[in-house]
Amino acid sequence: MSRLLTLENVHTHIGQYHILQGVSLTAEEGEVTVLLGRNGAGKTTTLRTIMGLSPATSGTIHYNGQDITKLPTFSIANGGIGYVPEDQAVFTTLTVEENLKVAMRKEDEAAMARQDYVLTLFPDLKKFWKKEGGHLSGGQKQMLAMARAFVNDNRLMLIDEPSKGLAPIVIESVMEAIREMKKQTTIILVEQNFSMAAGVGDTYTLIDDGETVQSGRMEELVRDEELKRTYLGIA
Amino acid sequence: MDLLLNLTVNGLATGMLIFLLAAGLTLIFGLMSVLNFAHGGLFAWGAFSGVFFYGVTGSFLISVIGAVLTGVVLGFITEKLIIKPVYGNHVQQILITLGFMLVLSEMLKVVFGPNQIAAKTPDYLSGSWEAGGVILIKYRLFIILVGLLVFAVVQFILKRTKIGLVVRAGVINKEMVQALGIDINKVFLYVFMAGAGLAALAGALMAPYSGVVYAEMGLEFAILAFIVVVIGGMGSFPGSLLAAILVGLAGSYMAYFVPSLSLAVNMILMAVVLIFRPQGLFTAKEA
Ligand SMILES: Nc1ncnc2c1ncn2[C@@H]1O[C@H](COP(=O)(O)OP(=O)(O)OP(=O)(O)O)[C@@H](O)[C@H]1O
Ligand SMILES: [Mg+2]
Repeated sequence: MSRLLTLENVHTHIGQYHILQGVSLTAEEGEVTVLLGRNGAGKTTTLRTIMGLSPATSGTIHYNGQDITKLPTFSIANGGIGYVPEDQAVFTTLTVEENLKVAMRKEDEAAMARQDYVLTLFPDLKKFWKKEGGHLSGGQKQMLAMARAFVNDNRLMLIDEPSKGLAPIVIESVMEAIREMKKQTTIILVEQNFSMAAGVGDTYTLIDDGETVQSGRMEELVRDEELKRTYLGIA
Repeated sequence: MDLLLNLTVNGLATGMLIFLLAAGLTLIFGLMSVLNFAHGGLFAWGAFSGVFFYGVTGSFLISVIGAVLTGVVLGFITEKLIIKPVYGNHVQQILITLGFMLVLSEMLKVVFGPNQIAAKTPDYLSGSWEAGGVILIKYRLFIILVGLLVFAVVQFILKRTKIGLVVRAGVINKEMVQALGIDINKVFLYVFMAGAGLAALAGALMAPYSGVVYAEMGLEFAILAFIVVVIGGMGSFPGSLLAAILVGLAGSYMAYFVPSLSLAVNMILMAVVLIFRPQGLFTAKEA
């Protein structure tokens, strides 16, 4: 297995706030790495820092052997990283079709084939093909945000709390889609719901107060009652 | 009847010129949240370079094209030199673009001399048509047509092309656009240059309409354009067309019926719209 992404002792400031204070993590090619931590721990900021949206102020980020710490967001994305933000950031006045079109780096046959595949994962999107993003339900927005990151041939996907605010049945289909995507791409997933995280994750990184406290295989965390109680409040 | 029609045509023509100016302003505000008070300077440069090219070539069409190109080139320089260093800081934007507005006006005087210059209307657009006792001034109809044409073309680009999609998406969420691998700064530069070209087009069309060009004309019109951007909903392209027509018509009617109010009417219009719809007539994020 090879390392696709490595963060080494990353610090991030936003304005005068020192938000990330030493985040380290690795993502192995083909695996799902779950980022865990309580509210405000710095999970979202970690993903934003990888994307260059809240750039690291120190430490290094390597992707596919290349130092991307200081690259602008668009170059990071063009390196093959797809981002599904916590608030989905669907383009509200664009239709489903247009949302996917904006995302497509090139509109060739391969991209169309991927789009068709994505639509089999999320049939709802096909149903509401001409509907504006702003008029979709919460679950459909989540699917659109994921589809948008998946129409390109991305090697890595950063997905931030895809289950947030969704009904259990919708969560199940979102998780099913993630399991499908996993066959084709490496994933870093933020997921608060522990059973969900345990179900799909291969490894985990636990962040607290902007700092990595522990990383390891998911099955180890499942057995580590002490760690779960201290940092995740799971009894 | 005749009078009302003429006032309406007048108002529409002025409205279209304001719209051409506001179109660029609203898109650059929507996309990058940039307040550009130098926009009127580009308008004035369009007017002067239009008159200049018309004098040199004798072709109105070529003069308009020359003016638009002048605007596009000036837009490129303005974005690189003036706007880029002050992204994200409105106070600095207002100060530096107002300053640059003055520089652009003064440069006009340096290049073209300090006096106002007469502008000619080409023969084929001079005079008027008379139909059923109604007199329609050709040049005003021409301006209205050009305005509608520009609206249709820009609307087509925004709705049907990839770059248009990117611009619309950027108005809604520019971070996400970048996270999809698009260099938003480059897109913004293009939009800025296109907006500058439209401002210059407005200037070039304004010149024969008012008969003279003078260095201060930019500031006057830029204020109207800003009012239109606010009324239309900052960042909304269709909103700016509607608002420009409103402002044009209101100005035209008021100047005739209540001349004492004609200067205040735009402010009143803006206040009324903002009381009932603080976000403007349209909003970029929902319209
Ligand atoms: N733009 C900002 N300005 C100031 N503080 C911020 C900003 N963004 C995030 N923070 C702070 O940084 C910390 C980490 O936030 P972050 O959103 O990364 O947490 P999170 O782990 O994703 O939390 P959640 O589970 O609630 O989504 C929080 O304390 C938050 O208040
Ligand atoms: Mg978060």
